[in-house]
Amino acid sequence: MEEILKTLMPGLILIVEALVLLLVALLHVAYTTYAERKVIGHMQQRLGPNRVGPRGLLQPIADVLKLLTKEDLVPAGADKSLFYLAPFISLVAGATSLAVIPVWEKFVLANVNVGLLVVLALSSLSSYGIILSGWASNSRYAFLGGLRASAQVISYEVAMALSLVGVMVMAGSMNLSEIVKAQTASPFKIYAIPQILGFFVFMVAAIAETNRTPFDLPEAETELVAGYFVEYSGIRFGLFYLAEYFGMVVMSAVAVTCFLGGWKGPFEVPGVPFFWFLLKLYALLFFYIWVRATLPRYRYDQLMGLGWKVLIPVSLLNIVVTGFLKVLV
Amino acid sequence: MAPTLEVISKPCGHPEWEEPFVVNMGPQHPSTHGVLRLYLELDGENIVKCDPRIGYLHRGLEKLSENMTYTQAMVLTDRLDYISSAANNVGYCLAVEKLLGLEVPRRARLLRTIVCEMARISSHLLWLATHALDIGAMTVFLYCFRDREWLLDIYEKICGARLTVSYPRIGGVRLDFTTEIIEDLYQFTEEFPSRITDYETLIDVNRIWLKRTKGIAVISAEKAVNLGLTGPSLRGSGVPYDVRKYKPYDAYEEVEFEVPVGKSGDTYDRYRVRMEEMRQANRIIRQCLDKLSETQGEPVVAEGAPDLLMPEKRKKPQAVPHPKKGFLVKGAEVPVVPEGEVYVSIEAPKGELGYYVVSDGSGKPWRVRVRAPSFVHISAIPELIKGHMVADLIAVIGTLDVVLGECDR
Repeated sequence: MEEILKTLMPGLILIVEALVLLLVALLHVAYTTYAERKVIGHMQQRLGPNRVGPRGLLQPIADVLKLLTKEDLVPAGADKSLFYLAPFISLVAGATSLAVIPVWEKFVLANVNVGLLVVLALSSLSSYGIILSGWASNSRYAFLGGLRASAQVISYEVAMALSLVGVMVMAGSMNLSEIVKAQTASPFKIYAIPQILGFFVFMVAAIAETNRTPFDLPEAETELVAGYFVEYSGIRFGLFYLAEYFGMVVMSAVAVTCFLGGWKGPFEVPGVPFFWFLLKLYALLFFYIWVRATLPRYRYDQLMGLGWKVLIPVSLLNIVVTGFLKVLV
Repeated sequence: MAPTLEVISKPCGHPEWEEPFVVNMGPQHPSTHGVLRLYLELDGENIVKCDPRIGYLHRGLEKLSENMTYTQAMVLTDRLDYISSAANNVGYCLAVEKLLGLEVPRRARLLRTIVCEMARISSHLLWLATHALDIGAMTVFLYCFRDREWLLDIYEKICGARLTVSYPRIGGVRLDFTTEIIEDLYQFTEEFPSRITDYETLIDVNRIWLKRTKGIAVISAEKAVNLGLTGPSLRGSGVPYDVRKYKPYDAYEEVEFEVPVGKSGDTYDRYRVRMEEMRQANRIIRQCLDKLSETQGEPVVAEGAPDLLMPEKRKKPQAVPHPKKGFLVKGAEVPVVPEGEVYVSIEAPKGELGYYVVSDGSGKPWRVRVRAPSFVHISAIPELIKGHMVADLIAVIGTLDVVLGECDR
């Protein structure tokens, strides 16, 4: 009996850890929507949600309940299986990346050596959900949105991957925990200072990757009504939203890990080892929201121009400079 | 782009013919400003063909007014451009006054000018709000609505209504301003210019905004005139045509203001023109307020103006009703409006709004025809959108500032 337990123990612990992480992440996602509405509300001289629960704190829960009880409509002429599948692809691909993020030294679900590649691969995969939903809906708006999304996600994927190369070169590893450790050992403690170009490109690409303003063309409300998920309703619609916010959280977490020194901070906070990680994460999420309240939307061709003519050359330059410095120092 | 255009222009059945990608934008679409329907043929994101189809908000206002007395028909004009109803009222009243040969008292003219310019500001604020929202700047939208609310509150104090005011009447205005309203307006004119600066700092220096508006939907002065554009849409191309200057009505002769014009005739210039117009409107209100004190206590309705009362109900037996001008009294029509026809146009916020009224000498207009700027502007969309993308179409609808209530009537 004991032996069986001993062999099963690591697996059980992993499952519990995964559940805890998923729960915490879901809570974060839910309350990111709340924070977004509250913060944007105050930026726009209104109150934001304030009816459900004290200060509207139960609003995300009410939203989820509402979405769960709504009818799940499938438009006539839609490709049913793909239509059902698409939101799950988006969500799963978005959420799985969390497994490789080191929240603190001793809490990382899958400490794989190619952590960064996993994140990039999964974020590319999530674009399948968008493309398939646009295609399967059999709607012209959704189709246009899906086309836009695929072009955007693919071109910004390149810029994002290239911007992370500088970090890989400096840290000499693709393991996210190793990157954090290498950062602490580096003279500036965080890579955001020597890799300022990379950090800039990564943040822009991350916003584009998660289809947020000013790069929210795939779901441009005023042009394509809602873009690729215009035909979705009920919880499937909710899943796309969930995927978007998961994407935001994951991208912010990657930025924190790769550029801002992960769980390390200027001093240790006793009892809360992941204090700094969360603080940095929230700061970046606030940045996302702030940008949304401030900027108008790009046009499709301008967006592609920015990606291919500005971000990719800049990140290539960054790689060259970083490589030279690495060789010289 | 060009070869694809050629392929699509091949007749159906031709071996090279490709089925166009057709999108019906509207009538239920968040950014077609009401119920405009655009039939689009797309090549990827590029627009090959754009065909506006209107009529979803047709209520037959012109025909309806033929069965109403002149005073009653004025209420219908509220529903034309429901964002700036005061300006529509004034246009209609001016037309009927011309027909009647009425001389409007000076105080009433000043009050009308004030409400007209208030309508201009509130219309331009709504335009800025939706235009910015269409291009994606959400915050401007709410800021503009906050300030528009302020104006609507003043309207409410003036006449009780916020949107469909019906404040002017044939021969003057309905009520005089109270001191409270004048104080409110002074405060508004004091603070509003700084609000305009606020909006400009939000979007004017924004590179994305400039990219989305500069060089988009460029129209030359000549073409703009040929298409019949009026108002800010025309002045953005550099034509300084403004009815308020060329054919002054009401108190516009007394006040000083400039007519802002653009240079290149693109979306950005039209945006600049409208922002500047808001400043000028503010200036006009201020001057009119100053002049109001000179005319304190004077009447606000001309002497021979038709009554506001509703026609007598026939079933009500009454001895000898006093014949009210222009109304049916016990089945007998009292003709007051002399036979004839007039055309009067005013500078509404959207462009030149014209009223063509024909009278056959009875108490009701024989024909009312409205020259609506939005109708003309919508017909210019296909011309403006040539060679642009779907995203620009939204900017074009926004920059022309169309209102479907006015277009469909």
